[in-house]
Amino acid sequence: MKRFASIMVPAVIVGGIFLSCSGGPPVFKLGGVGPVTGEAATFGASTKQGIEMAVAEWNVQGGVLGKQIRLAFADDKGDPAEGATVYTKLIQQDGVSAIVGTVMSKVSLAGAPICQSYKIPMISTASTNPKVTDVGDYIFRACFIDPFQGTVGAAFSYSDLQAKTAAVIFDVGNDYPKGLAEFFRTKFTELGGSVVAFEGHATGTTDFKAQLTKMVRAEPDVIYCSDYYNDVALIARQARELGFKGPMVGGDGWDSPELTKIGGAAVEGTFFTNHYSKDDIRPIVKDFVAKFKAKYNADPDALAALAYDATYIMLNAVKTAGTADGAAIKNALASTDLEVVSGRVKFDANRNPVKSAVIIEIKGGEQVYRTTVYP
Amino acid sequence: MGNLRSSRLVTVVAFALSAWRSRRGNLPLPRLLTVAVLLYAVIQLLSRTGILNGYFMIIINRSLVFVILAVSLNLINGIAGQFSLGHMGFAAVGAYVSGSITTLIFMYTSEQVASIGGNIVFVIAIIVGGLAAAVVGFLIGFPSLRLKGDYLAIVTLGFGEIIRTILNNISVVGGPRGLLGIPKFSNFTNIFVFTFLTIVALRNLVQSSYGRALLSIRENEMAAELAGVNTTRGKVMGFAIGAFFAGVAGGLLAHLLQIAHPTQYGFYASALVLIMVYAGGMGSLTGSIIAAFFLTFLTEALRVGIDQLRDRVGIPVGTEWTMVIYALLLILVMLFRTDGLMGMREAKLLVIDERKK
Repeated sequence: MKRFASIMVPAVIVGGIFLSCSGGPPVFKLGGVGPVTGEAATFGASTKQGIEMAVAEWNVQGGVLGKQIRLAFADDKGDPAEGATVYTKLIQQDGVSAIVGTVMSKVSLAGAPICQSYKIPMISTASTNPKVTDVGDYIFRACFIDPFQGTVGAAFSYSDLQAKTAAVIFDVGNDYPKGLAEFFRTKFTELGGSVVAFEGHATGTTDFKAQLTKMVRAEPDVIYCSDYYNDVALIARQARELGFKGPMVGGDGWDSPELTKIGGAAVEGTFFTNHYSKDDIRPIVKDFVAKFKAKYNADPDALAALAYDATYIMLNAVKTAGTADGAAIKNALASTDLEVVSGRVKFDANRNPVKSAVIIEIKGGEQVYRTTVYP
Repeated sequence: MGNLRSSRLVTVVAFALSAWRSRRGNLPLPRLLTVAVLLYAVIQLLSRTGILNGYFMIIINRSLVFVILAVSLNLINGIAGQFSLGHMGFAAVGAYVSGSITTLIFMYTSEQVASIGGNIVFVIAIIVGGLAAAVVGFLIGFPSLRLKGDYLAIVTLGFGEIIRTILNNISVVGGPRGLLGIPKFSNFTNIFVFTFLTIVALRNLVQSSYGRALLSIRENEMAAELAGVNTTRGKVMGFAIGAFFAGVAGGLLAHLLQIAHPTQYGFYASALVLIMVYAGGMGSLTGSIIAAFFLTFLTEALRVGIDQLRDRVGIPVGTEWTMVIYALLLILVMLFRTDGLMGMREAKLLVIDERKK
C-alpha cells in the first residue's frame, strides 16, 4: 500500500500537468498574468477584471482572426520566480500566441526575457520601470513610464496654471518620487520657467517646515510634490500654515481617498497627473465605466483601465497582423495607433506608449477631472 | 553543442568524485553517481525530444534549487537541532553577491570574452556568493547560537529581515527595484551538478565524525559537551556550512530568473523552505529532497488542475483556491505523518554502508 501510494502520488501530479488543453473548435489563445494572490492582490484582481472584460467584449463581436478568444489567466503571486514559471507555462503548456501582463515591474522583468526568447509578444499593463521594455523588441507596455508624469506635470503647470516659478519637494529615499521631481525640473526649465527651490526630504519625515520655509520664502507660483498621498497631505497642510496660497501639483501617488481625509482644506485646489479619470468626458471612458459598473458593481480603478487597454491594444495588433505569428503581431504592435480608455496610444522606439495623461483636481473634497494633457 | 560540453563536465565531475571515493574506500559513491548520471541523461533526453517542455524544465530547475535550500536548512534545523527562520537571508547574500559579480563583469566585457570565459566566471561567482553567505552565517551564528530554541528562532527571523532591509536601501544594487539584468547562466545542467555536489557533500558531512557530533548536540547538548564535543564550534560551523549552500542556491536562482529582488527573500520564502524540511522529515536528507520536488510540483499541479476544473468540468473556481488546497494538503501530511514524509529515515543511496569494504 505504501509503495503503491509512493508511486501513485507523483504519477497523478505529473499526469495532471501533462493534461493540457486540446480539442474543441479552433481558438485564439491569449495569456493573461496578474498577482491575484500575495502582497498586490488588489492590483491583480482589478487587472484580471479588466482583461476578462475586454476579452468578453471581443468575443461578443466575433473574436479575432475569425476565432473565439480563449483567455488563459495565471497568478504570479507578485513573485519573480512564480512569474518566470507562469510565463513559461502560458507559452509552453497553454500555447498562447500573446501575453497581457503583468503589474509589478520585478515580475515583468522575470517574464520578459522568457517572452523574448520564445518570440511571444508581451504587453505589461502597469509596470512603470523603464528597464522592462529594454529587455527586447517583443516587450511593450500600456502605462506611461516614470519620467513622463514629471514632464506632464511641468507642461500643465507652465501652460494651464501659467506658473513661471516653481518649487519642488520630494522623498530622496525612494527613486519613484525622485525621478518625477528631476523630470519636472528639466521640462519646466526647458519651457522657460525657473525652479526657485529643489528640496529633498528623508523617507518617513513628518515635519517638512525646514524645506517648506525656504520654498515659501522664494515665492513660487506653484509647488510640485511627487510624493505618495500620506506625505503630500502633511506637506500641503504645513505649506498652507506657512502662508503658501498658490496651487500644488503632483503625480499618481496622490491617487487615494486618504489624501482629502488627511489633507482636508489644505489640498483644495491642488492637481495631480494620473493614467485615467473615471469622470473623463470622452465617450470611450464613459462607456467603459458604465460597462464595468454593470459587470462588477464597482468603479474601475486605473489598474483595471490599463489592463482593459492593454488587452485591446494586443488584440487590435493581432487583428492588424492577420495572423497569430509572434513576429507579425510584434510589428503590428509597434505601429499601433489606437484610441483607448487611457488616451490615444502610439509606441515610441523603446515600445513605451506615447499618450495623454489626465489632470485631476481636488475640489470640494472630491477628485474632479480637469483636463487631458498631450505630450 | 552545449549538451556536448555539459556531458563532458559530468564526466570530469564523476572522475573527481571517484578519486575522492578511493581515499575513503567505503563510500558507495559510484552507485549514487550512476543514479544521478542516469537521471540527468533521462531528463536531458526527454527535454531534447520535447516530451518535457520548457514549463517542466523550469519546474525541475526550481525544484533543484529548493532541494539545495531544504537540505542545507536541514543541516541546521534537522541535524544540528537549531532553529533558523532566516535561511533565505543567506540565499539573498549569495544571489546579490554572485549577481553583482557577473553583471559587473559582463557589462564591461565584450561578447566574445563572455562566450569563452562565461561559465568559468559564473561558477566562481556562485562559489564566491556562497562564501560570502557563509561569512555572514558565521558572523550571525557566533553570537546568536548561544541562544536556544525560540530565542534563536527570533534572532534568525530578525536577521533575515535585516538583510532584506539593507538590500532595499543600497542603491548600487538597485534598492527597492532589485538587481536587474543579471546574465542568464543557470541551466538544467549546472543546477543539477550543483545540487548533486550539495547532496554528496552534506551526506558525507552528516555521516562523518563531525556530523555525528552535530547529531549529539541535537540529542543532548550537555551530554555532548561532557563527551568532549566542542558544541559552540560545531553549531557555528554547521550554521556557516548551511549558509554557504543557501548562498549557492540563491546565486543559481538569481541567474535563472535574471533578477534578484529584496522581497523574494523575506520571511514567507524562508517559511516555505522550512515547510519543506518539516514535510520531508527533520534530519532526513532524502525527505528534504522529496519534499522540495513534491511541493514545487504540487503548486503547479494544482494550478493546472484548477484550470481544468474550470475549463473542462465547468466548476467556477478561481486561481486563488490553489493556495487553500495546498495548505489543506500540508495539514493532512503533518496530521498523518507527524514526522514528515520520511521521518528520520534515509534512502539506501544516501547511507554510507560501513560493513562493505
